[in-house]
Amino acid sequence: MAELEKLLEVKHLKRHFNAGKPSEVRAVDDITFDIYKGETLGLVGESGCGKSTTGRTIIRLYDATDGEVLYRGESVHGKKSKSELKKFNRKMQMIFQDPYASLNPRMKVSDVIAEGIDIHRLAKSPKERMERVYSLLETVGLNREHANRFPHEFSGGQRQRIGIARALAVEPEFIIADEPISALDVSIQAQVVNLLRKLQKEKGLTYLFIAHDLSMVKYISDRIGVMYFGRLVELAPAEDLYRNPMHPYTQSLLSAIPLPDPDYERTRVRQSYDPDAHKYAQGEEVKMREVAPGHFVNCSKKEFKQFQEKYKK
Amino acid sequence: MKKILEVADLNISFHTFAGEVQAIRGVDFDLYEGETLAIVGESGSGKSVTTKSIMRLLPTGNSEIKKGKILFEDKDIAKASEKQMQKIRGKDISMIFQDPMTSLNPTMTVGKQIMEPLLKHQHLSKSKAKERALHLLELVGIPNPKERLKQYPHQFSGGMRQRVVIAIALACAPKILIADEPTTALDVTIQGQILDLMKDLQKQIETSIIFITHDLGVVANVADRVAVMYGGKIVEIGTVDEIFYNPQHPYTWGLISSMPSLDSKDEELYVIPGTPPDLLHPPKGDAFAPRNHYAMKIDLEEDPPMFKVSDTHFAATWLLHPDAPEVEPPVAVQERMAKFQAKQAASLKGEK
Repeated sequence: MAELEKLLEVKHLKRHFNAGKPSEVRAVDDITFDIYKGETLGLVGESGCGKSTTGRTIIRLYDATDGEVLYRGESVHGKKSKSELKKFNRKMQMIFQDPYASLNPRMKVSDVIAEGIDIHRLAKSPKERMERVYSLLETVGLNREHANRFPHEFSGGQRQRIGIARALAVEPEFIIADEPISALDVSIQAQVVNLLRKLQKEKGLTYLFIAHDLSMVKYISDRIGVMYFGRLVELAPAEDLYRNPMHPYTQSLLSAIPLPDPDYERTRVRQSYDPDAHKYAQGEEVKMREVAPGHFVNCSKKEFKQFQEKYKK
Repeated sequence: MKKILEVADLNISFHTFAGEVQAIRGVDFDLYEGETLAIVGESGSGKSVTTKSIMRLLPTGNSEIKKGKILFEDKDIAKASEKQMQKIRGKDISMIFQDPMTSLNPTMTVGKQIMEPLLKHQHLSKSKAKERALHLLELVGIPNPKERLKQYPHQFSGGMRQRVVIAIALACAPKILIADEPTTALDVTIQGQILDLMKDLQKQIETSIIFITHDLGVVANVADRVAVMYGGKIVEIGTVDEIFYNPQHPYTWGLISSMPSLDSKDEELYVIPGTPPDLLHPPKGDAFAPRNHYAMKIDLEEDPPMFKVSDTHFAATWLLHPDAPEVEPPVAVQERMAKFQAKQAASLKGEK
């Protein structure tokens, strides 16, 4: 995988809320990872582990407390002029979890989708603007007649398609999808996931896919990062993570996925995770170490040796 | 096994400004003692309305039971008075709701809330009720129950709150427990713990459970029998093995194959096209027909009756009619069916 180009580099990113106060929350605490061009990186973890905060900090919806995010080598955070900001916003877009809350109920669908086109002056005439809106609607599987309606006239799955069309309007390279299917029904989830994959193939998009549904994440992602209490505990190619989970938290998470298979469910053994079980000595350095090519685990030196041996088997 | 609840030809409508929404259109099912019946379906398929009608929790102003019976221990509770229902609710039949953040009273201590049904239904003295509440908290696995009893819901995490809700629901050892998506708001790891707890408690107090969910993984874990609902009707009902390994209805096929398995990769997910029906104007014929790859002419004309597959397995699809052509189910379903046949052959051999 030598020819892979780094699109996004996250370096020692921290996001602390109420920093310095007793109520300080370290939502994201020193995480480092890269996203390569054209891949889908899945980010999973329990609610409150900081996966959404990570996504939002990358796209500058939150300021970083420390660390940096580099997009094609340029820092996303820090002081920026309006035109610089615009440049970033055009390349990075976000799809939100709740399609009921993320569309302005007082705006027509055409205006929701075209907002980005207007801001970035991508259309030369009103006619071209509408042409773009129509073609976007068709790309996401809606009709051009839908352009004049309001968000409340659509079902959840259709709204999520509008959200996707809005993100695509400025022709971004990188899309952060924050639990885009959690609020949808099972039969509609498959429709949206297939659409996201089709668009990725056609437009060469790069995704950061945040979710807690592990079977869907496995299906859509090339690599997966597992987060626990603001830290990344394991990062590996999707297949590898499911076959050889190393970190005990990943193992417990994987053992908890309910599968639609009664025979499997009858024999499942659920593992629980106890963060104290590591028994790290004082001053022992715990960091991400590469156990196998491309497979990183947050561990101490001693554990690192154990994991390496285990992996060989 | 003894029947404890029988729902027969239940029809429920909501009167809205736009007209009459026929939310439930002829639902039949039985619930046996000690079993877990899972009801699955998309939002709007009528699973919550069905169970709320059993508890009579539907809004009184605009909802109406048009037809049908709900027989609980041979009494029709659809016709019972509100006073009689108050005696049943929380004592014989109780309910766990989806969101533990909103189903507890934020201004009352957890202990008081657990004691409430004990004082109301079992007429225990206050000190006895307190003792029992303590025991219940222990039973649902909450550490230091003595301290926790005096705390308020906001001092509990989501999983712990759901345990409290379960403790309240089980306080009077109900005969039927209705669980409406009890784990949907929880994380996978916590979800597993709550499911294990419910199964464990079910054995201890011998209650029957109606479990509503849209997560087929959870169904595979908890259910003895499964009912699949679509457009206000039960379209397929059978034992958990029959539904997962030998499904007959195209909607069940779609549900099962649209979920990625942990091995599937690169192939497109199977998709049920379109959206659920509008029950303000229910379509003529089979409600699923417009989204069905396998629909035949008759599906658009006439609603299919329940066809019998086995003594425990029924499905409402014209494909089971003797004159229907043979069709090929999706690949994922074919694999499951092969497994089912192999299993059945093996069990037949074992009997001989």
